[in-house]
Amino acid sequence: MDAIILQILNGLDKGSAYALIALGLTLIFGTLGVVNFAHGALFMLGAFCAVTLSRLLQTASVTIDPERTDFLGNPLKVETPYVIEWFGPEVGSLILDWSVPLAILFAIPIMGLIGLAMERGLIKHFYKRPHADQILVTFGLAIVLQEIVKYFYGANPIPTPAPDALVGSLDFGVLVGFDAGTVIYPYWRLIYFVFAAVVIGVVFAFLQFTTFGMVVRAGMADRETVGLLGINIDRRFTLMFAFAAIVAGLAGVMYAPINSPNYHMGMDFLVLSFVVVVVGGMGSLPGAVAAGFLLGVLESFASMPQVVTLIPGINQIIIYLVAIIILLTRPRGLMGRKGVMEA
Amino acid sequence: MFGLKQKDATLFLVVVAITALAPFLLNPFPENSELAQFNAGYPDLMQRFMIFGIFAIGFNILFGLTGYLSFGHAAFLGVGSYAGVWMLKLLSMNIIPAIIVSVVVAGVFSLIVGYISLRRSGIYFSILTLAFAQMSFALAYSVLTPITGGETGLQLALDDPRIFGVAQTADGSIPLTNFFGLEMRDGIEIAAGPWLFTLNVGYYLSAIVMLASFYVAIRIFRSPFGMMLKAVKSNQQRMNYTGINPKPYTLAAFVISGMYAGLAGGLMVAMDPLAGAERMQWTASGEVVLMTILGGAGTLVGPLLGAGVIKYFENIFSKINDNILYEWFSFMPGGLQDFFVTIIYPFIGKGWHLTLGIMFMLVVIFLPGGIVEGGKRLGRLFSRKKAEGGGSDATPAASPAE
Repeated sequence: MDAIILQILNGLDKGSAYALIALGLTLIFGTLGVVNFAHGALFMLGAFCAVTLSRLLQTASVTIDPERTDFLGNPLKVETPYVIEWFGPEVGSLILDWSVPLAILFAIPIMGLIGLAMERGLIKHFYKRPHADQILVTFGLAIVLQEIVKYFYGANPIPTPAPDALVGSLDFGVLVGFDAGTVIYPYWRLIYFVFAAVVIGVVFAFLQFTTFGMVVRAGMADRETVGLLGINIDRRFTLMFAFAAIVAGLAGVMYAPINSPNYHMGMDFLVLSFVVVVVGGMGSLPGAVAAGFLLGVLESFASMPQVVTLIPGINQIIIYLVAIIILLTRPRGLMGRKGVMEA
Repeated sequence: MFGLKQKDATLFLVVVAITALAPFLLNPFPENSELAQFNAGYPDLMQRFMIFGIFAIGFNILFGLTGYLSFGHAAFLGVGSYAGVWMLKLLSMNIIPAIIVSVVVAGVFSLIVGYISLRRSGIYFSILTLAFAQMSFALAYSVLTPITGGETGLQLALDDPRIFGVAQTADGSIPLTNFFGLEMRDGIEIAAGPWLFTLNVGYYLSAIVMLASFYVAIRIFRSPFGMMLKAVKSNQQRMNYTGINPKPYTLAAFVISGMYAGLAGGLMVAMDPLAGAERMQWTASGEVVLMTILGGAGTLVGPLLGAGVIKYFENIFSKINDNILYEWFSFMPGGLQDFFVTIIYPFIGKGWHLTLGIMFMLVVIFLPGGIVEGGKRLGRLFSRKKAEGGGSDATPAASPAE
């Protein structure tokens, strides 16, 4: 029993990332009808927002301390980050420590702007072109984005630690009545899951309870009629693209402490997120979220040692296997709507 | 000629001439000159031009004709190379059985994958092929290690059986791949003044195979079967209404292009007998998509051109470093020199992927027909100007899109 709970928990954090990326992909697909292969790159850019902020915060002024000397006998150069100079040592180091959560605030405007620029500058011109062209051009864009990041940040993963207070692990087993030490789970992964749940909740609440969201949903169902009612649906859809970019970016920011960001992390996630979207059903938001968590948990179950000895290699292929089976038996995915992408 | 129309025959002969003279054409700069690093006429690279040319020609038969975008073609190339290496290990170092078995195994594998994937179309088809390729990659990397060599890749060893050949040569090393005794590494070096040309057996063998597959591709493009495939691309529904089931045709195209990929994989191990799982990764599948689109999907020579451009970039362009750039701009005053080097540097050397990505995007956005269409547009521009200058009526240079 404890092993099962552990696997479910393990699957949840990866599943959260899949769900967030797949949610953004589905938003873009459902509103604009564009297959966005650059969505993984947006996830990667989000993670690098966290890296950038922590680097910015660490910019330091160099002062020479005449009273102390280094091992060569020269006066010691002391680097004091500006944050510490401005806010005093206590608040300053706290800000430095909490740079990843702070990066959420930093990433929202940046990812929004990137999303807007992408839609207005490039994607806009591809609405009327075949899906294959959209895939190809966004695939090219993904290559360009990741090469730019590689140029500025190098090819190696950049460790971006979580705040010290959140580094440890939670003994989850004790909470639900097992022996201590059976179900241990890092705090940060738990936070990632909660964060993802909140973001998903916000997206759904936004679509469900605001006028803007209502118009967007109406546009997803019947774009022309909404346009005929005198609503500028294109502008709203553009904003939804930016919104989806923010969701992907936030997923990336919070993922940075789990896996050190490197320039190709987006591509690794992209393939899986596409599989998730297709399994969930193209154009279905709840389907994307459900499939994300489902596949994440399935993947972690398949990597249990007992399962791997029973069917060797299953942990590597389970997601693809499930995708193939679902696509062949339920062509619209788990919760796909009728008439979406049925060419 | 050769059962081809006049225009295709000319095209074919031009390609034959270029491939035959490639060792000379690709080495335009004298040895030891500053520009010698742009020489692409060394056997290893020329073989790669041919091999990836075959791969892209095959991919084009599927994507260019039927419009089905497969994101998993590298799996067939990988399976082909594994089969090829196994033949070299088990039978003999003659490359013919290796290549034949590669083609057959890749064909069977693509039949299975294609039969399942082709039940869906559009993006679902892309995802299905991608899923199959990623699965084969993951399996080759982990569980199938006894067959595939896992992370280290599959290599020849001294204790291989090689029942029709020798396990090891007299001096105790692994024998070289050969074509009935003609070793792939053999070749003639011609020194003409400061120039050095290498005529390599492996290159000419792959060139002949490439030309044969190019010829077959032309025949497929011009055959009734090819017309059917084009019909699948333009309007599948209408095809259904006329009472034709498109599926056998698309499946046949899929298997043919899978066999082309297997052929490329077999040739690859014939030239360099090792196979690794990374050949099957989806980025490798993405590369052949890039090649085909860049050159011009649905055209005859496009994939060849695309493969050439990408492999040239990968091997030559990527070697330029900032020192060389500084040399080039050394005629400028210091500040300006630094400025230009800083601007250009991200796009060359290790950053060649960036240039490739930008080029690819530009082609998809502005030139959906790829390099071939670019050439046609230029030609049209040119002939129109000429016609206007001569005062005669404009020649209808616009040829129907392939």
